Amino acid sequence: MTYTFGLDTFGDRNGDDAGVPLSHAQTIRNVVKEGVFAEQVGVDFFGIGEHHTDFFPMPAGDVVLAAIAARTEKIRLGSAVTVLSSDDPVRVFQRYSTLHAISGGRAEVILGRGSSIESFPLFGYDLADYEELFEEKSALFAELLKGGPVTWAGKTRAPLLNQDVVPHAESGPFPAWIGVGGNPESVVRAARLGFSLMLAIIGGRPARFAAYSQLFRRALDKFGHPALPVGVHSPGHVAATDAQAKAEFWPRWRNMITLVAAERGFAIPTKESFDWDTGPDGSLYVGSPETVARKIAANLRLLEATRFDLKYGMPGLTHDQIMTNIELYGRQVVPRVRELLG
Amino acid sequence: MARSRRLAVLGAGHVGPVIARLAVNAGYPVSVAASGDPADIALVAELIIPGARPQWAADAVADADIVVLAIPLHRFADVDPGLLSGKLVVDAMNYWPASDGVLDAFEDGTSSEIVARRLPGSAVVKALNHIGYHELEDRARPPGAADRRAAGVAGDDPAAVAAIAGMVDGMGYDPVCLGSLRAGRVLQPGGPVFGAVLSRAEFELAVREEARSLP
Repeated sequence: MTYTFGLDTFGDRNGDDAGVPLSHAQTIRNVVKEGVFAEQVGVDFFGIGEHHTDFFPMPAGDVVLAAIAARTEKIRLGSAVTVLSSDDPVRVFQRYSTLHAISGGRAEVILGRGSSIESFPLFGYDLADYEELFEEKSALFAELLKGGPVTWAGKTRAPLLNQDVVPHAESGPFPAWIGVGGNPESVVRAARLGFSLMLAIIGGRPARFAAYSQLFRRALDKFGHPALPVGVHSPGHVAATDAQAKAEFWPRWRNMITLVAAERGFAIPTKESFDWDTGPDGSLYVGSPETVARKIAANLRLLEATRFDLKYGMPGLTHDQIMTNIELYGRQVVPRVRELLG
Repeated sequence: MARSRRLAVLGAGHVGPVIARLAVNAGYPVSVAASGDPADIALVAELIIPGARPQWAADAVADADIVVLAIPLHRFADVDPGLLSGKLVVDAMNYWPASDGVLDAFEDGTSSEIVARRLPGSAVVKALNHIGYHELEDRARPPGAADRRAAGVAGDDPAAVAAIAGMVDGMGYDPVCLGSLRAGRVLQPGGPVFGAVLSRAEFELAVREEARSLP
């Protein structure tokens, strides 16, 4: 079994040692350094999630990925996720095809319907349309990935008639995933359109997603597609010891979730809920390299998944804390997970 | 007696399958329906909601005593009120502009009162809307468990509220009954218990404090 291990960021705005937020520009430059460093410590994939907020100033992740591509040779680079519902599938395809060209074939894309939804009003989309927008646009994206001239018509963008969309890929399409947060109908859609499945597990018990993994395999079979990988994306933070990782991450996590709780319907975290989330049954990967490695290995087995992306960082963590996390993840966690999985 | 009531869950997205699983575990006969052909959700039902039967919405509702609305609120306009006439309807939907956009029809009053006005032949109860779908199943506990949490049940018809309180209890939560759909305002987005997972004592305190703060 081939496993791949990634790191994802939302461009979480860094803090300085006194907790004062760094500028958006400095945070973005730091993300470039983090991506380059991720390759140096042996990480397989580096992903950037689209966000449009003061604490996640990361609307153009593909531009940042291009800078990382120019300074790296092996690491795969992609979105995590692209909010396809409020973007144009043709433009997304062109940007990531261009990244694929710059990087010598290292681009990927993870498409999302949008659980972070600030892009809808920004670009003039109605949230009430999000289901139709994603259904149509993901289907068009699947056509674009095939590589030939595209003929398509729908309600959400202008039709295409035998349209050649450039740049052409040198050697087949780049890997494309659909990120799913807990809607089984979205799992079936990913299978129907032939995308790989990325399970975004940010709360509750990861074990409950085992049925989604089975659903994906059965649905691929039903639609006549070959087997495709299942991945897991979850938040976390690695430091030298469990106590240090939790002490660094907890206040940042509490502040972040408290900030978005009203809008997203999350419960305000307590120390008790945080201990549960970071324990063996929860979905946060916070702790020493050994603690995090054991949890990743257990859940990859449980979910029959072959890809794990750690969403590292949290607004307010310092660049140094983040670089230590990246180093420990690449040099210790990933080798240990590989060892545990045999 | 309560367990012989048949349940139809409308919606096979984030929320519907979670409620359907809790109902199956509580011993109810359960059907699930999405907007279209039951064949489209056959795999979802088999693997994600074992024990529930996928049906066309009209068939599921016709056979049911209790109908749970677990669809996005903007799709509620597609539901035929005549179909739900005579049924006990659980409104698990939310009007949540920050998440789902502004719906003009829901800008004035509590969302469940507006739902009830469109369903004059049904007894409407607001329940199962205020605990996140990530948590609804993980937090369920048997009666008497020390860490059992509370869930609100609001409605204008006392018999309907009592029936749904029994269902919520069977699903793993201490029901806290509120005597009107208007009082169910506290269960809505922005209300004191929305997104919070509270013990009965904490829940009742939050509801009392909210009532006191109103003019």
